[in-house]
Amino acid sequence: MTSPHLQLVQLSRPATTPKVMVELSVDGHSVKVPEGSTILNACQQLGIEVPTLCWLETLKPVNVCRVCVVEVEGARVLVPSCSRTVEPGMKVKTRSDRVNLTRRLVLEMLASSVDLSTAPGMAEMLAEYDAKPERFGPDAETVAQPVKVDNDLYIRDYAKCVLCYKCVEACGEDHQNTFAIAVAGRGFHAHISTEFVVELPESACVYCGNCIAVCPTGALMSKREWELRQAGTWNESKQTATDTVCPFCGVGCTLTLHVQDGEIVKATSPLDNDITVGNLCIKGRFGWRHVQNGHASRGPSADPTAPRAPANH
Amino acid sequence: MHNGARLYVMDPRRTESAQWGDVWMGLHVGSDIALSNTMAREIIHAGVYNKEFVANACSGFEEYKASVESYTLEVGEQLTGVPADVIRECAHTFAKAKKAMICWTLGITEHHDAADNVLALINLGILTGHVGKWGSGLNPLRGQNNVQGGGDMGAIPNKFPGFQDILDPTIRERFEKHWGVKLQPNLGWNLTEMIRAMDRKELTALYVIGENPAQSDADANHVRHCLEGLDHLVVQEICMTKTAEMAHVLLPASASWCESDGTVTNSERRVQRCRKVIDPPEGAKDELWIINEIAKRLGKDLNATDPETVWNEFRTVAPHFAGGMSYARLAEHQGLQWPCPDEHSPGATFLHDRLWKTGVERGMAAPFTVVKHEGPVEKPDVDYPFTLTTGRHLDAYNTGVQTAAYGSPLFRGETLDISPEDAAKIGVIDEDTVRVTSRRGSLLVPVRVDRSLRPGLVFMTLHYPDEAMTNVLTIDASDPKSGTAEFKACAVNVVLATSAVRVYAKT
Repeated sequence: MTSPHLQLVQLSRPATTPKVMVELSVDGHSVKVPEGSTILNACQQLGIEVPTLCWLETLKPVNVCRVCVVEVEGARVLVPSCSRTVEPGMKVKTRSDRVNLTRRLVLEMLASSVDLSTAPGMAEMLAEYDAKPERFGPDAETVAQPVKVDNDLYIRDYAKCVLCYKCVEACGEDHQNTFAIAVAGRGFHAHISTEFVVELPESACVYCGNCIAVCPTGALMSKREWELRQAGTWNESKQTATDTVCPFCGVGCTLTLHVQDGEIVKATSPLDNDITVGNLCIKGRFGWRHVQNGHASRGPSADPTAPRAPANH
Repeated sequence: MHNGARLYVMDPRRTESAQWGDVWMGLHVGSDIALSNTMAREIIHAGVYNKEFVANACSGFEEYKASVESYTLEVGEQLTGVPADVIRECAHTFAKAKKAMICWTLGITEHHDAADNVLALINLGILTGHVGKWGSGLNPLRGQNNVQGGGDMGAIPNKFPGFQDILDPTIRERFEKHWGVKLQPNLGWNLTEMIRAMDRKELTALYVIGENPAQSDADANHVRHCLEGLDHLVVQEICMTKTAEMAHVLLPASASWCESDGTVTNSERRVQRCRKVIDPPEGAKDELWIINEIAKRLGKDLNATDPETVWNEFRTVAPHFAGGMSYARLAEHQGLQWPCPDEHSPGATFLHDRLWKTGVERGMAAPFTVVKHEGPVEKPDVDYPFTLTTGRHLDAYNTGVQTAAYGSPLFRGETLDISPEDAAKIGVIDEDTVRVTSRRGSLLVPVRVDRSLRPGLVFMTLHYPDEAMTNVLTIDASDPKSGTAEFKACAVNVVLATSAVRVYAKT
């Protein structure tokens, strides 16, 4: 017989209680989603594409980019679909004239001031909304500035920054809890900054690169990718991405190694991985160079009788 | 923690984790058992232990209770250096929490009483019933991607694959039948025992796969002497190392985690697939190929042609353990946690839930183990007044072979970290070079004054042995139960060798 106390103990992971389903309509299509879902979730369930910049499934919504706005019947203003939770009977329009106009203006303002050349999917998005950033004229203010290359692992090209806050979120409370960066300044002069604007090596940065992993525009980029892009040899169509496991500790992070011409050019981790949620540490994201860097210490040239070069620090 | 969990960090150093914690308990190096026993006594005396769980699932409680009786809060404070009220608060919070877990790593296990340290924590876990249920438990955090997997596969001196006992004749017979060879009915040697056997010339040939004992083991001068005395040393490595330089035969190998296929097991028993991503450098061979070729030269064709075949054989000989972990399922679920006996099993997110059952279902009771505080083998004295403890830097890995050259901006190389109080006492400042001497060896190293250290404690890593071979200082006093050496504590003396200021003044 089991004692009463022992019977009361919940041993297994608490089952998630089935949520109340909420019915709403999006672009005339009826859809049921669990209570607490966002309009974006409902759109995704229906296969309706909604553009996003500052939203990522692994981060808390911050509602800053405004490209995911949709029209909710009866609401005075457009709502960000990434954070607005669904309500029963809600009627949502994702491509009304008002929505299209707003998205177009947001994209035009971004594209006129920020270098979006390495933002995946951006050219298509601009075309889709018929955005004409050049209409603000050649004197439109921009955030053009020199790229910051102050360490061997990653570069910061804030001429490409759309201030989506993703890096700040990933560095802070959502993932790494290092708080090395934040948004400083106001209005057009708002920008990502380290504490007291110190160089990265003097900041609290621990070089996990989780900011690079979430950056939607290539403003943050591993140094190797940046070098290959500078040399004009970065070619994603020639790259393979294979999942393996990081060797450096017992956590067992899934490492997706991106390989081009037999060289590892980038390490990432899948967002849907239970262990990492897309995150890595400095060794996982950057510490793989020993398998191919200066093969002096590897392969047949590693003659134990040969004089050895000191370790490269 | 953002959801309200309380974090208590027990560490002699005020590490970054300690700064994150709600409470830092900066105990003396090697006083872990004293802390556990003091917490246990407080929990028992306050009546906040899980009486039903202890009665139902544990054995040896009365003896355990008597053994911790002398560890009052006052004695605990004296032995650990942690204030009595802090120990008390931690004990009560831990005992009363609905769910609580204890995680540890080498700070517990790199001691001469490593297993006893772990047993002391297990005692706390079962005393409070924080085991065998989701969100609770006892978690040793592994330092490499396959520490657990090595044990799973039987690469330990006392177990066959799937942790099956070598000394059990039934099990041995089964493996003999499966492999078609006679198996020794006795335990093998662990690393420490092997080094001692080399010293006695009982072990004369050594085959090292992916380890750098010449730099990674305690009392390095002695280890080097033992390795030099071998008749034959074979080293299989992905990079050149100091051990590889000593080899009679060097077998260049592919890096298992990205140049060949296979599996690894992480800290939470999750078996995951490693995949070949790039080709190894010319001449480096897949480790499985090397082992097959060696077996062939020894007159046995293993036919272990690919990793999946080997894995499936493991599943056959340890079906209770990994029977349900096909490569296909491992890929589909991004890894599975053992035990996973059949193809329908989701794997086990936690172990020991049987302890919450009764009768036959409960199985063997969880035993309390009486353990006593001893402290480090080598305590500071007049000649060697400091305790040296060793540890890691975030951006570096073990003896630095893999991490020396990736350009980490956090790289700072080897230093002797010392408290501001001790630095003032012996008259050193940052970047001075000091001579650090133990009873076994001596080295020169720059000083780094570190506010996270308390007086009497100094710290070094083992990442930069080409700059400063920390392990010439460490003591090979090792745990008879686990074979782990006491890397975490030895007595040293520190004296100024070259003043940084004077050097700068001259130039």
